[in-house]
Amino acid sequence: MGRRIFALMIKEFLALLKDKKSRTVIIVPPLVQLLVFSYAATFDLTRVSFAVYNEDSGYAARDLLAGFTGSTNFREVARISSDQEIAPLINSRKVLLVLHIGPQFSRNLFLRRPAELQVIVDGRNSNTAMVVLSYVRSIVTSYNDRWIERHGLPKPPARLLTRFWFNQNLESRWFIVPGVVGILTLVVTILVTGLSVAREREQGTFDQLLVTPLRPVEILFGKALPGFIIGLGEASLIMLLAVIWFNVPLRGNILILYTGIVLFLMSAVGVGLMISSLAVTQQQGLLGAFLFIVPSIILSGFATPIANMPEIVQRITLLNPLRYYLVVLRGVFLENTPFALLIHQFWPMALIGVVSLASAAWLFRHRMY
Amino acid sequence: MVKKAEQQTIERRGGALMRLRGLMRKEFLQILRDPSSIAIAFLMPVVLLLLFGYGVSLDAEHVPITLVVEHPSAVTARFTKGFLGSRYFNPNQMLSIREGTQSLLDHEANGLVYLREDFAESLQRTEGGAIQVIINGVDANNARLISGYVEGVWNDWIKRESLKQGSGPAMPVQVQQRIWFNSEVRSQNFLVPGLIAVIMTLIGALLTALIMSREWERGTMEALMVSPVAMREVIIGKLVPYFLLGMGGMTLSVVMAVFLFHVPLRGSLWLLFAGAALFLLTALGMGLLISTLARSQFVASQVAIIATFLPAFILSGFIFDIGSMPPVIQGLTHIVAARYFVAILQSVFLAGNVWSVVLPNALALIVMATIFLGITRRRSRKRLE
Repeated sequence: MGRRIFALMIKEFLALLKDKKSRTVIIVPPLVQLLVFSYAATFDLTRVSFAVYNEDSGYAARDLLAGFTGSTNFREVARISSDQEIAPLINSRKVLLVLHIGPQFSRNLFLRRPAELQVIVDGRNSNTAMVVLSYVRSIVTSYNDRWIERHGLPKPPARLLTRFWFNQNLESRWFIVPGVVGILTLVVTILVTGLSVAREREQGTFDQLLVTPLRPVEILFGKALPGFIIGLGEASLIMLLAVIWFNVPLRGNILILYTGIVLFLMSAVGVGLMISSLAVTQQQGLLGAFLFIVPSIILSGFATPIANMPEIVQRITLLNPLRYYLVVLRGVFLENTPFALLIHQFWPMALIGVVSLASAAWLFRHRMY
Repeated sequence: MVKKAEQQTIERRGGALMRLRGLMRKEFLQILRDPSSIAIAFLMPVVLLLLFGYGVSLDAEHVPITLVVEHPSAVTARFTKGFLGSRYFNPNQMLSIREGTQSLLDHEANGLVYLREDFAESLQRTEGGAIQVIINGVDANNARLISGYVEGVWNDWIKRESLKQGSGPAMPVQVQQRIWFNSEVRSQNFLVPGLIAVIMTLIGALLTALIMSREWERGTMEALMVSPVAMREVIIGKLVPYFLLGMGGMTLSVVMAVFLFHVPLRGSLWLLFAGAALFLLTALGMGLLISTLARSQFVASQVAIIATFLPAFILSGFIFDIGSMPPVIQGLTHIVAARYFVAILQSVFLAGNVWSVVLPNALALIVMATIFLGITRRRSRKRLE
């Protein structure tokens, strides 16, 4: 039995790697995409372009604006002198925000009346707008602190001392890179397994395979192992890059990490083979692969938190192996989560893996045309 | 003589039309026989938009937060009141900091607000008291939002306190914010138009990624070669039916965006569809190019999976801001067609007919479509290798 599986495995590897185009497609893009996406996928904003509309001539206003021009997060691109100039700048996306200081600003400030800094933000991307406003508030808060200090005003009754656990500087890259590791593992695995049966069915060689002495279980192993091995290799490589290149801290136990990887690969290979054996043509296989990959990634918590989704959609995500894998990756990488806390991530992946592998093996024989 | 030549050209033209009609008829039949193409064009946008339109949101509400108040009193209640009534928080009160940090470690809460035993007294001191806040920073974006919400609660509390003591404004400078185009800050308003671009990328590429390689693999391309059909006609014959299918899917998506997700459509409909038509040509052209270069369905599928969805998802500006990416990556985003379509969609939906955004992006789409279709045309000669 072992030799037969081995022979089939060799054949699968040859089918995948013999074709130069196919070989390149499996190996090069995931590494390139890790680099590109890890740099690209960040919610942190840098060099936010803004315009200043200052109607006040006092030094207090200039001092406040200096806080913005001096920050690396902001970049001043225009100074305007009338209301009418605001709309064209924002509409055409030349600036993301306009800071407006009214003529009474300094006067109000010295008379201890509320002085207002008006901020007009482009809300087309509401998340970007919220992040920008939080940057603005932190600059204004530190300006206020200095003003109170310098003028001996009464301090607010209590200050906030905020600390962020596991990621003190709120680097979104630490969150995103483990996520990219997860989605690339998924894509590679589906790439290898998602079409392997469909192609043989379309070309008629799968029928030949079925009349050989190979049992469905053996075919299953022969088809599953290459995907598993390639997935494991690429996942390790990508993680190595994440640690060495992007300096994402790996705080947890590597054995726990690999438990998660093995279980995830099992479920991804299983789903890939299931899609593949359901499809009669490669076009259907490709459609199936997309219909699995796309929702898996969007509903995994990779970019938008699962907790923000409505209850029904949250239930649907329970079927998504990537969802559990990302919790394991981020937990082990950043939080040093112990094994016991991850049990609830491990068993669903194992269950999805077993069920999908079994149904793939069943489909080999029972879906024939 | 002259008449004869004229007649010949007319015949040739008529022949071209007839051949084209024949090719398109064949393509339509193929679409109807294998329902997966129709599923791609009509079922996929509906399923994906429903799932994502409801599922993808960056608005954190009812964030589970632990309030540790060691010595509850009327003074602390004035502060914690702000959390209890807020739609952003789902607070859970505890008495000891140990319980509190454990709830943070177990992911039962995303944040913790800690008022020490001496909180009430510390407010009387000149340097003021301290409120400790701990937030799980793993999801940095979410953590920043939560920290902003906590700051909001604190700000309101300070205002109430200073009003009570009649000591003038506690904060010398106050930020007054106005968010244009999306004043209620609904992330769906920008995510749904972006999703349309992502979904149309998938549809366009999926529809055409296999059709040329299929003909090569099955040997029917050779049959086409010995017929009088020109390669140009083959490409047009394949493009037109799938273009119509794709526009059908686009219409469906726009209808859902406006009527189901209530995304405001402030620009004009014809501009939206003109942009969509340009983008669809680009996406179909990319699929055809993949298909032509790969020659085998297997490789074409692999390339389609890698080259379409993830770049459109991450590099298009649909969710991650392009302006904040490193310059090299920003340069790379220019070869992602979805980037231009996302810009057009977000502006036309939320801001209106902003020509200074629409024109350059439309121009970029025209250039890309020309390049993709041009290369496809050059690489599909009547030649065997």
